[in-house]
Amino acid sequence: MAKAELMDFDKALELFEPVLGFEVHVELNTKTKMFCGCANEFGSGANTNTCPTCLGLPGGLPQVNKKAIESSIRLGLALGCEIAEHSRFARKNYFYPDTAKNFQTSQYDDPICHDGSITIELESGRLVTVEIERAHMEDDAGKLTHMGGATGRIQGADYSLVDYNRGGVPLVEIVTQMIEGAEHDAPEIGKTYVAAIREIAKALGVSNARMEEGNVRCDANVSLRPRGSNVLGTRTETKNVNSLRSVERAVRYEIQRQAAVLAGGGTITQETRHWHEDTGITSAGRPKSDADDYRYFPEPDLLPMAPSREWVEELRLTLPEPPAARRKRLQAAWGFANLEFQDVVNSDLLDAVEATVAAGASAQAARKWWTGEIARLANAAGVAADSLVTPAQLAALIELVEAGTLTDRLARQVLEGVIAGEGTPAEVVDSRGLAVVSDDGALIAAIDAALLGQPDVLAKIRDGKVQAAGAVIGAVMKAMRGQADAARVRELVLERAATIE
Amino acid sequence: MSEITAEQVAHLAYLARIDLSPLEITSLTHDLGQIVDSIAKVSEVATADTPATSHPMPLTNVFREDVVVPSLTVEQALSGAPDRAGDKFRVPAILDEE
Repeated sequence: MAKAELMDFDKALELFEPVLGFEVHVELNTKTKMFCGCANEFGSGANTNTCPTCLGLPGGLPQVNKKAIESSIRLGLALGCEIAEHSRFARKNYFYPDTAKNFQTSQYDDPICHDGSITIELESGRLVTVEIERAHMEDDAGKLTHMGGATGRIQGADYSLVDYNRGGVPLVEIVTQMIEGAEHDAPEIGKTYVAAIREIAKALGVSNARMEEGNVRCDANVSLRPRGSNVLGTRTETKNVNSLRSVERAVRYEIQRQAAVLAGGGTITQETRHWHEDTGITSAGRPKSDADDYRYFPEPDLLPMAPSREWVEELRLTLPEPPAARRKRLQAAWGFANLEFQDVVNSDLLDAVEATVAAGASAQAARKWWTGEIARLANAAGVAADSLVTPAQLAALIELVEAGTLTDRLARQVLEGVIAGEGTPAEVVDSRGLAVVSDDGALIAAIDAALLGQPDVLAKIRDGKVQAAGAVIGAVMKAMRGQADAARVRELVLERAATIE
Repeated sequence: MSEITAEQVAHLAYLARIDLSPLEITSLTHDLGQIVDSIAKVSEVATADTPATSHPMPLTNVFREDVVVPSLTVEQALSGAPDRAGDKFRVPAILDEE
């Protein structure tokens, strides 16, 4: 694949104004598919969750999943949308092997949610309001695997394999209005907007919202308008940009690529483009004009929907606190610096820290443990931090540290025991015999032995060279197998050195 | 008379993946034109206060509860497939090499 010419980003912004638009697909986590009772599961054996309806076989009759409608309405409400009084499904006709019915059941002129907006905050503090044109329901396509060819990509493949387990899984597609005035922030706006949608879907509980499993997928539309012109440029649609970092990179890439084409006297083709995560470039897919002839028409097998206003208001009452507002509230309540708080948010540990604080721990201690030792262990094990210990277990551990029963070092050992399933922190302290030795008698005996064993050190301490005490403290800590409070040991060493005979 | 053209019929046939001979295109152009004309007569009867409907039934909100029911077995699902590889449907290459 020929590498496209790119213009320097700042130079591109001098010559052109980027205009953006995003289509974000959110896969709902209903138990069953949109129009049939097959399980909506990720990771089952190929083609184990299919039936005549989702395979598009003759005689299959779709039935609307009520929970999916409920989730779509709640998502729409959280995006500030109006909920349509009348809404219906439509067939979007096209031939592609991941769509067994030869049409996608989608919505056309009567989407369930329309006219919303969300405000996102960039790292600079700039607030950007993204207008939502519509959020409509549709069913997902099956999964294609391209075989043969050099790259395993669609280009050059010899044939493809299809697993229809995902075919028919409910999606909500959220479509923005054109976003103008993004300027240099365009890539960050893309990333932050998709992150906000993901966070809202997760907070609502309507989606597992894991981008790596394709629960949230983004198509990014980018066009460039020459400075001083009021005519919109031709846009490209980069498909399936499936991580936050990729959204940022894909927007930046398209701006730089299109700027180079336009500045060189070329024209942009209206087309879909594929994002390549490995190389960080986009490549041309099918031209848009041909594929756009979808011949939408109302789905004859499904009845219209008319969500009652009472139902909508009931659902509105179930909305959680908006994630952005919650973050602001928690950061203020915990008194975290921006970096500390970002660390928690970026590690996806906001819920864990909040629950640990609710279980009685101090916010700083909860943050320190979750983003420190627990994150380190989780990272090494390749699992999520909050799958290792519960907030209640961590709060109990923190309490033992604060009560002086454990040093940080001992607490790390107790944590390992808890993770290994040895019981509560208190139980692990007992069974492993890990509590700090707070009995001065035992400490003094060990200190005296260490001082008498190193008379030269004792002499130095008596001469006022207190830093020499380090050697004795080390020996005592070793004798106590680390289970002593080093500060207390130091105090006692100085005391004993003065009095010991 | 409607304005259905042979080009439109050929395009529609391509979109629907139906292979038509020139003769079939000519006759279908005529037939489709008549159908469109007939349907246009309905518009003469429908007044502005008749809302467009997509369904003859005066029903809305017919929903199913979110309860899993058994699916087909893999063998049943693949039984009508022209080609398969393991438990997956096998289909021809989708895009030509760029």
